[in-house]
Amino acid sequence: MTVKVTAPDKPLLSRDQMAKRLAQDLEADWVVNIGIGIPTQAVAYVPKERDVILHSENGIIGMGPPPEREEDIDRDLMSAGKGPVTLMPGGAYVHHADSFSLARGGRLDCAVLGAYQVASNGDLANWKVPGASSGNIGGAMDIAVGAKQVFAIMTHVSKDGTPKVVDRLTYPPTALGVVTRVYTDMAVLSVTPDGFVLEEVAPGLTVDDVQAACDAKLILPSEVRTIAA
Amino acid sequence: MKKKKAASLEEAISHLRDESIVLIGGFGYGGVPEQLIEGVCSSGLRGLTIVNNNAGTGHTGIARLLEEGCVGKMICSFPFASESHVFKEMYAAGKVDLEVVPQGTMAERMRNAGAGLGGFLTPTGVGTEIAEGKPEFEVDGKKYILEKPLRGDFALIKAYKVDPRGNLIYRKAARNINPVMAMAADFTIAEVSEEVPMDALDPEAIVTPSVYVDCFYVTGG
Repeated sequence: MTVKVTAPDKPLLSRDQMAKRLAQDLEADWVVNIGIGIPTQAVAYVPKERDVILHSENGIIGMGPPPEREEDIDRDLMSAGKGPVTLMPGGAYVHHADSFSLARGGRLDCAVLGAYQVASNGDLANWKVPGASSGNIGGAMDIAVGAKQVFAIMTHVSKDGTPKVVDRLTYPPTALGVVTRVYTDMAVLSVTPDGFVLEEVAPGLTVDDVQAACDAKLILPSEVRTIAA
Repeated sequence: MKKKKAASLEEAISHLRDESIVLIGGFGYGGVPEQLIEGVCSSGLRGLTIVNNNAGTGHTGIARLLEEGCVGKMICSFPFASESHVFKEMYAAGKVDLEVVPQGTMAERMRNAGAGLGGFLTPTGVGTEIAEGKPEFEVDGKKYILEKPLRGDFALIKAYKVDPRGNLIYRKAARNINPVMAMAADFTIAEVSEEVPMDALDPEAIVTPSVYVDCFYVTGG
């Protein structure tokens, strides 16, 4: 049986707004891996005065935002998503074996990854759709198992109504029990031993709107805040 | 001193053989041995297994290798990039095999091969399709799967500077997988932007020592 859910017929957060909300939770002095897709949009929203060390899997420790001038774009300095970036003061380059040693070895305080589905036990799916003969893993499996926290960022519901916030994955897993927070265009959720806790909802949405767009029971704290979008 | 400098692109490529496992460096635009790949495209080699993070984009580089019919199998972590039209078409038509490997596992399998090790236990892939058919071990309460070394017959890598002995340094994130591939192949060929005199490279800063480099081709670009 295929479960379908519906997003409300109301304005949802843009990708930029989702990335901006997530960036607020990246703490000073953290080492944070930035995955491809929406996660790259979070880089621009890390407050300038906050010293967060960004890691890019291809071997950049201390990744900075894209160069402001086009003539400063360097083909030898690209992000995991192959977009132009810069190196922050005190940054370093390493090769892939060292880059992933750092990830598996527990040096990442957080990884920001895109997702197809997140389950209430923290299981992450982001590399392959059900029934496909193969898919794209990239660095996600290594990074997800190694990081102390995984922040998943994704739309709340897929275009065809397949739920993405679920009790148990229906997509092939990338890593088990790793996701700690979920940032969507409708809500911010925490993953706890008891399941998803609904922390914040997007402006204009109700708790019921969010619950109806999940295939998992949400736990409601005493106060559900509104996302400052 | 062993002569490693190739006089021409053809000479550098002449070492390769049909049915070889060829490790090719690069990630995105950075650190791609573009000229060596072009050389392979013109060589008429067949049945190569190519190891790279991706399966080629557009119609150049590894995508052209595929179009030229040189490749029998790809080993990659991210084969279906949006611009990987050539690979997607050939894979759908059953004209090329694919092994998908997590990126960190791929790097570590090659480092293992270069380090003379017989495999390693990694938490990456536990509980996923990647673990299927692989022995699982529990060490101090944590689960791991066994991954085996990945050795290349040849490595085609890109470096920034080389000295006459073959010591290499890289430029920025173009380093990527190149130093790992250099150590993991029986025969490593480096495409290098610039040759510098002996002792011009700081020994403290050499990334790939010359013992891993069998041949280098200077592009001057």
